[in-house]
Amino acid sequence: MGMTMAHKVLAAHSGEQTVVPGQLVVTDVDLVVMADSVFHKTADRLPTDLRKVSYPERVAVLLDHAVPAPTVRTALAHKRAREHSERLGFRWLADIGRGGIEHQIIIEQALALPGQLVACNDSHTPSAGVLNSAARGLGMADIVQLVCTGQTWYKASPTVKFRLTGELPFGSYAKDIFLHIAQYYGSQEGHDIEFEGPGLLSLPLDARATLATMCTELNANFVMFPADKLITDYVESITDRPFTPVVADPDAEYDAVYEVDLGQVRTSVALPDALNKNVVPIGEVAAQRIRIDQAFVGSCANGKLADLEVAASVVRGRKIADHVRFIVTPASQAIYLEAMKRGYLQTLAEAGAIVTNSTCGACSGGHMGVLAPGETCITSSTRNFKGRMGSPDARIYMGSSATVAASAIEGYVADPTPYLTALEHSA
Amino acid sequence: MSGSTKTGTVNLADITGRAWVFPQDYINTDAIMPRAGYDLPPAEQDALVLSSIRPGWANQVRQGDLLVAGRNFGTGSSRPAVTLLTRLGIAGIVAETVGEIFFRNCISYAMPVLECPGCLDMTAEGDTVSLDIEHGTYTNVTAGTSKNGARMPKMLLDTIAAGGAYELLRKEGYM
Repeated sequence: MGMTMAHKVLAAHSGEQTVVPGQLVVTDVDLVVMADSVFHKTADRLPTDLRKVSYPERVAVLLDHAVPAPTVRTALAHKRAREHSERLGFRWLADIGRGGIEHQIIIEQALALPGQLVACNDSHTPSAGVLNSAARGLGMADIVQLVCTGQTWYKASPTVKFRLTGELPFGSYAKDIFLHIAQYYGSQEGHDIEFEGPGLLSLPLDARATLATMCTELNANFVMFPADKLITDYVESITDRPFTPVVADPDAEYDAVYEVDLGQVRTSVALPDALNKNVVPIGEVAAQRIRIDQAFVGSCANGKLADLEVAASVVRGRKIADHVRFIVTPASQAIYLEAMKRGYLQTLAEAGAIVTNSTCGACSGGHMGVLAPGETCITSSTRNFKGRMGSPDARIYMGSSATVAASAIEGYVADPTPYLTALEHSA
Repeated sequence: MSGSTKTGTVNLADITGRAWVFPQDYINTDAIMPRAGYDLPPAEQDALVLSSIRPGWANQVRQGDLLVAGRNFGTGSSRPAVTLLTRLGIAGIVAETVGEIFFRNCISYAMPVLECPGCLDMTAEGDTVSLDIEHGTYTNVTAGTSKNGARMPKMLLDTIAAGGAYELLRKEGYM
């Protein structure tokens, strides 16, 4: 039996000839990324300072979950992250103001290379699968154990494949592809996911990365994209480090192969509290006139330059509804700077949005946009779990950044199509 | 049972206690360990555990109780949500299936855990139930029924028996 992409990566890093679903493998890892959340000094996290580690050159550290520090507890975690990096020789990626959300930085700096095995403390780590890396989030203790001993374990999963064809219709985005998959195929728990197909050709890096990141919400394990020319060209434009992409064997086995025609994707919104099987077309929700208190564009999934661009396009020359807070959080400081150069930040601010520094921030309900009981938010970030962005009595809808921006203007969950059509006509 | 793996005073082949049943599928980390509790003192943080699903539950848990749950229990973020269940007194978790990162956290933070499809149907809340994670067996003592779940590889069992990843690292001088 042939191997899938992720199983090949696991085999290469464990010394096994073959890896099959259900097999427990102990592996080396090429890259470990740790954010501030690992360094919180509580009984549950890093209970004492690390004394020694195995491969400090494989470990990268940055601050992203709550920056700048909103509490003394967080400030202490930041301090410990810096101290550990200096003392143990970890690669200190950047202090605040020069970094960003770890999953974005991994892509932006090509820290993960095609064919590599990557671990990180955060559940959205499959994001790096867009670069043909096998990447998964591990728990804090797992990460600490990996950093200390140089090894970790995985139980190999069976795989489902999504074969993308066609092209997205006008007004739909990568987030809508995810919502389409979440609605029609639902949770893929216990499985790795592979993407392939000609539909990928129409999706730029940012769009693919959004899709990779959101597969965490399908409860997937490893998420693998092929290293096509777009990816290898991109990686080679960032780094001189050599890499060997991984391809699935022709006779690799899949629990299911789903063909997704991107042409069938529609602008959609997930209703509060769950994503899988909880998605409706935008028209249905817009007709209900759901009043919002907050709109959020940001996170590792959708704080990309393309998101800021479309949000700025939708609000240009308009004003955010008086009763709405529109919060925009770039996924990295590099995106922030580029968006500034291109005028997106000014456009957003003139419309009445607030643009924050890069941080996980409102997405994880940590700071900079926490919801009160009874409030309603529409977000393009990663999750809409009950209580995710603050009070468990708040309601979180999810859509593309275009949908979020249109909703911020109208003050109700809104269809972005009229705004995007107007742009087409004025262009 | 002779030769059983023990962690502290816990016999991993016989973890018996009162069952709390959470039949919902996809109970997530944000429900188990809400972000809103991160900066609160432990007692206040503990009171929030699963409170959005079952207000007041945390105060009713007694040391040694077991949790019986639905599909993909603990899905979501990588936060160490299981440690709050340990702090409340939960001695073991059996679920239809368990979220992947949550399962890893159970191993690394030494929470006995068993994936056992069918466990919900054979359990009523308050039953006395028993976990044998060495052999992968779940027993409802009250009802006199038993079912085999997914047996855990020895390496993972050994981590739980040692008291979790941090205990192993301390012994080996890493921390």
